[in-house]
Amino acid sequence: MATLTETPGAQLGPPTHKNRGRTLAARDARAGIALITPTVLIVTVIVLIPIAWTVMIAFQKIKLINLRRTGLFGRYTLDNFVNVLTSAGFGSSLVTTFIYTIGGTVGSIAAGLIVALALRERFRGRGLIRGAMLLPYVAPVVAVTFLWTTMLNPEYGLINAWGQKYLGWDAGIPFLSQSSTALATVIVFEIWRYFPFAFLFITARLGALPGDVEEAARVDGATPWQRFRFVILPQLWPVISVLFILRFIFTFNKFDDVYLLTGGGAGTEVVAIRVYNYLVSRGDLGASAAQALVLAMTLVILMIIYTRASKRSEESPL
Amino acid sequence: MTTMTTAPVTPARTSVAPTGWSRDAVQTRVFGIGRWVVIIFALLVTVVPFYYMFVLSLRPIEEVLLKPGSLLPQLSEINFSAYGRVLKSPDAGGQGFLEFLRNSLIVSLITVLFTLLAAIPGSYAIARLRFRGRRTVNFMFLAVYLFPPMILAIPLFTAFTILGLRGSLPALALVYIAQTVAVAIYMLRGYFDTIPESLEEAAVVDGCSRYQVITRISLPLALPSVMSTGLYVFMIAWNEFLFALLFLVERRDRWTVSLGLSQLSGSIEVPTTILMAGSIVITIPVIILFFIAEKALVEGLTAGAEKG
Repeated sequence: MATLTETPGAQLGPPTHKNRGRTLAARDARAGIALITPTVLIVTVIVLIPIAWTVMIAFQKIKLINLRRTGLFGRYTLDNFVNVLTSAGFGSSLVTTFIYTIGGTVGSIAAGLIVALALRERFRGRGLIRGAMLLPYVAPVVAVTFLWTTMLNPEYGLINAWGQKYLGWDAGIPFLSQSSTALATVIVFEIWRYFPFAFLFITARLGALPGDVEEAARVDGATPWQRFRFVILPQLWPVISVLFILRFIFTFNKFDDVYLLTGGGAGTEVVAIRVYNYLVSRGDLGASAAQALVLAMTLVILMIIYTRASKRSEESPL
Repeated sequence: MTTMTTAPVTPARTSVAPTGWSRDAVQTRVFGIGRWVVIIFALLVTVVPFYYMFVLSLRPIEEVLLKPGSLLPQLSEINFSAYGRVLKSPDAGGQGFLEFLRNSLIVSLITVLFTLLAAIPGSYAIARLRFRGRRTVNFMFLAVYLFPPMILAIPLFTAFTILGLRGSLPALALVYIAQTVAVAIYMLRGYFDTIPESLEEAAVVDGCSRYQVITRISLPLALPSVMSTGLYVFMIAWNEFLFALLFLVERRDRWTVSLGLSQLSGSIEVPTTILMAGSIVITIPVIILFFIAEKALVEGLTAGAEKG
């Protein structure tokens, strides 16, 4: 993301800058540091120091009850990691996180792509429809999860009422509390809530595509599918790739959506929920921090693999 | 493919499909219909749930239990009493959403104010000024933006417990500031990049100092963008759930709207229809704000996408 907004223009500034000597550049450099300092301070105090602290907690036996008695430099041990990695449920929780992340990421991007393509051509009311597409993403997560749990309620929910009336279901299906459907339902929710995000980015890219290549392909007799497959899609890959990374990271760390829908029950316990449960229910700070670190490290490794793989695929055609 | 751009435009489009059902014609037809199927389906899944939210907030719970599948309530059942009951304080027999709204407003406004105070100079520095460590700082913000919030939750929870700051709204706002400042800088930086540098240089030649350049030239030009960034930060703070849950859950009088709704929806005592009124009440402000700022906001968020 960062590199995308790097302006070439800034470097191409008028050459007079260089000639005017160092004083202006030095003054600018000092101003730059002064202007960025408040932000760096906040981020350091609220983000960087806590992260370092998490690492320290992960290597210590700290519980919420004996918190005041444990110093910052207590005994360091690997016990938390051993306990966490060998504990029942951590492996399956990691697998659940993967399925949830891949399903949510790929699904939301695919849905966003399809809707963006469908709304590509101008027609009356398109602006309004585009706005409506953003509703699931904009509304507070607590409100939409409450809406979904109500809609899916087996007794008085809309979906189950319609299912029984029109689809001949025998009884209401407890979508969010039975393990055969809970994870799939949570993934569908994820797709529903975040397809607007992909839709926004892809729509922006589609709007900036030069029309002449497509027109030429049309003139040369390429069918609509061919025009999509060989002209439009290749130009969308960069933005899809950025979206994939962003959504993958966000979904992998996701806590609130799953927590609010199922509380982590019925086979939907992603690692973030385990971290929360260890922290709040058990008050086991050490084990909680160790799991959070394993989660973060897994993500970092996956990102390294992804960037390596995408670099390699850039070298070969398509 | 690129060589085709120079192809002569002589063959008419119809000449591709001279005999009825060519592949092109079939696909054009299929995609033409499919497009509308997609649009209608997408509209149904995005709009109907919110319409359902609204309908439930108007119907008495007994009616909903009797006829759960009805999306068109009888005119006679419609009443707005759920809104009164959800907004009133618990002492008056309500659910206290007015208080939640006030708390959320306090937290969100503090967050917006301080995030912008930090992010405006910060993003300007990153966009315009060369200084040592610029790349590092830039990378740091990206890392913060992408870091699992859960990792922060543990030490902040611990620190706030030790310092007795759990239950404090400004302390919660502090966490939000740290989390939103990165995305605010990313967005604002994109806007500053679009202001031509020559404008600023002209001002420097005329004897303006760097600070005068910022306050008199760049900031006024970027003001609409600053507004939309502020609204986006407001939305993030308003919608946030995890940290509100961690820090405020024991103090009902400090609950934010998100926390309040989630806590009350977990109890069976409060009727669903009343909480649907609560959902409407907390959703409307963000939707209004979003559509006020939509154009600038979408441009700011997707600035990278357009460049490829």
